[in-house]
Amino acid sequence: MNITQLSLFLENKPGRLQSALKVLAGKNINIRTLTIAEVTDFGIVRMIVNNPDEGARVLRENHFTCSTTEVLAIEISDEPGALEKALEAFSRHGLNIEYMYAFTEKRNDKAVMIFRFDDIEAAKKALAGEGYKIVKKIDIIGE
Amino acid sequence: MFNKEYEAMQLSKLREVQLERLRWSLKHAYDNVPFYRQSFDAAGFGPGQLKTLDDLRRVPFLMKQNMRDSYPFGLFAVPMEKVVRIHSSSGTTGNATVVGYTKNDIELWAEVMARTIACAGGSSKDVVQVAYGYGLFTGGLGAHYGAEKIGATVVPISGGNTERQLMLIKDFGTTMLACTPSYAINMADHVERNRPDYDFRKTKLRAGIFGAEPWTEQMRTEIETRMGIDAFDIYGLSEVIGPGVSCECSAKSGLHVFEDHFYVEIIDPESGEALPEGEKGEIVYTSLTKEACPVIRYRSRDITRLYRTPCSCGRTLVKMEKVTGRSDDMLIIRGVNVFPSQIEAVLMEVEGTEPHYQIIVDRKDALDDIEVMVEVNERLFSDELKVMNQLAARIRQRMQSVLGVSAKVTLVEPRTLARSEGKAVRVVDKRKLK
Repeated sequence: MNITQLSLFLENKPGRLQSALKVLAGKNINIRTLTIAEVTDFGIVRMIVNNPDEGARVLRENHFTCSTTEVLAIEISDEPGALEKALEAFSRHGLNIEYMYAFTEKRNDKAVMIFRFDDIEAAKKALAGEGYKIVKKIDIIGE
Repeated sequence: MFNKEYEAMQLSKLREVQLERLRWSLKHAYDNVPFYRQSFDAAGFGPGQLKTLDDLRRVPFLMKQNMRDSYPFGLFAVPMEKVVRIHSSSGTTGNATVVGYTKNDIELWAEVMARTIACAGGSSKDVVQVAYGYGLFTGGLGAHYGAEKIGATVVPISGGNTERQLMLIKDFGTTMLACTPSYAINMADHVERNRPDYDFRKTKLRAGIFGAEPWTEQMRTEIETRMGIDAFDIYGLSEVIGPGVSCECSAKSGLHVFEDHFYVEIIDPESGEALPEGEKGEIVYTSLTKEACPVIRYRSRDITRLYRTPCSCGRTLVKMEKVTGRSDDMLIIRGVNVFPSQIEAVLMEVEGTEPHYQIIVDRKDALDDIEVMVEVNERLFSDELKVMNQLAARIRQRMQSVLGVSAKVTLVEPRTLARSEGKAVRVVDKRKLK
């Protein structure tokens, strides 16, 4: 049920993101969602793609530094206070979120958010108990 | 030992050999090169006045600039029909330095490189893969001729094309690798990144002779653990001969100088005065047997120390310490002396960091700024921003405490830092541009 996120190191310079995306496009890799965390000199691109292993391979081949990380995609109701409620549950279970970001499209009328927990196994256990739905890989990136 | 007679010679006998050869070399230079004639005359020194080796101190130095000013063949001591080979430095600053070799010089070079390979435990049984660049750069052909001289099997692959290097190591049963230490690390990186199926330990590779750039003990440990080989430091400079000036033996505690061919002195780089044996300073070379391009008291700018202690390998040749820096790439940052090798040591200390780095020195508002750019590889990379920031902060803190300078640390993408001739360009001093 984990989703494999592709993370990429980029210098904060014009054209760098574009050239990385060009490499992915060249192998028909589709980006489902993407977020960037940046400081002055560099950024970390985090993305969910249809084929993360192939994405990592082709990026490495083109001398980009990248890695893959396991994250969870969780359905959150699209209504006021729903995210707050989810975070409350996480903190009650002592789960630390390293970062999170969202999908642009809804699923079953719900928002889908990606969470990177410091302890993914503990998170899965706790979330199941709280009744949160963890979206399966197949439903996010296809076969 | 490839040449026991000379490599294990008694000191008194060696001094006799040196004195006799030095007399010839000084006369040869004086008689055939106008530059030396003028410089000896200006110092009031005639080659015939050399009574002891220490008399050499009366002879003026040969500076790198003198070599550049003599571009291309101004320091050649033989007519061109005697010159069978030319090599040249990449010449990124000012003119390139050009050196020539006679047939005998090539033979001498092969001899000292054969000694080097033997010093690293090599013999005719070895398969030596020469991954130094072939061409005007002395690395490739120097190692090549030495390996042939000792009777080893040479694989003249030259630098680059890492996949092919790995394939030939495996398929040809390469036992000894000759390349720059940074290229060796590059190979190990490549395997780690792209070839989970490849294991250096399952190949016959057992030793490497690495040189052409300064490297640290930490780099040695890294190469030895990651490739499962013995890594030996070899040293040379094209002005003197190329690789083959000195090399490490199995003791790995300093590099034996082939002083029956290259006479060495240590001087204070500031005053030019000779320093007593054992003190650290700039190493100065005088060729004793070279015909085409004799060098008399060549200021190498390399900082080291000489010591003559009994060595477990049986060689009596003087040892020089691993070169820790150069008197001319020493950076003075806000009054603090900094050697790039110190910065490298700090980077190596910070876990997992590899020495693909570049130091940029600039002057802003009359204040020196130092920036260290570090290439981020997969071992350093994390998807968490805080981890990356902590890495930069750790490097910054260690630099502050070890070097006493505060530097900006910038993390950059792989392969963004300039390399030339397979050598990393470690320092960019923009202060000189004004």
